[in-house]
Amino acid sequence: MDDTISKVSIIISKGSLEGIYPGLIMANGARAEGIEANLFFTFFGLDAIHAKRLAHIKVAAVGNPGMHMASLIGVLPGMSAIATRMMEKKMEAFDIPGIPEFMEMIADTGCGMYACKASADLFGFTKEDFIEQVQDIITVGEFYEKAAGGEIIFT
Amino acid sequence: MSLETIAGVEIALNEEGFVIDPNQWNEDVAVELARREGIDPLTDRHWEVIRFMRHEYETKGSGPSVRILGKTSGVSIKELYQLFPKGPAKLAAKIAGIPKPRGCI
Repeated sequence: MDDTISKVSIIISKGSLEGIYPGLIMANGARAEGIEANLFFTFFGLDAIHAKRLAHIKVAAVGNPGMHMASLIGVLPGMSAIATRMMEKKMEAFDIPGIPEFMEMIADTGCGMYACKASADLFGFTKEDFIEQVQDIITVGEFYEKAAGGEIIFT
Repeated sequence: MSLETIAGVEIALNEEGFVIDPNQWNEDVAVELARREGIDPLTDRHWEVIRFMRHEYETKGSGPSVRILGKTSGVSIKELYQLFPKGPAKLAAKIAGIPKPRGCI
């Protein structure tokens, strides 16, 4: 039996920094191992491919126990931006690229990038709103066609 | 670990097929290792990456990640994946006879 993974399709459904990175790292890591990979952005995850928004993705400072900070402090103006800046500094030190660079890099690895049609319709986005690396806006049915024969990971 | 004769040299490989002692490596070994990975022949561009991997390993103690490779080797990430479709850093390291780079990015 062949116990290696040859294909993954990763769904990114959240629009926060901590919601987007894991999926990106997994997709990039898959390609680095020679595994075929697709990224599918749905709901708030669309912000990761929105041309005007992807450079401004923030850490959730409220309702995020991982921040180890009272939500009451998180609601103060600018807290999210401060937390994001701290996180980005740390990531850069560990050689993790910012989201715009990461997106370009992942597309260059040959990973597929698709937007969810239902979500794009809901938010009123068209292909012009997305970065050029996005190949298409596809339906859930088309997603399953592209994902056929591989693993599906939802984040 | 397994012992194999590659290009006339008896070489110890780990479970993943990476050369254990980089000093046992030579260019003929690289050609044979590449052939086993379906890369035949090795072009000048392949060699550029392989030599860069060797150099990085010899100066820094480990091979670079794909991101660093794309930024510093003079070969773009797109081209790296064309040259080494099954994973540039991993495959180039294997052919260059150095350990597999362990970065996540």
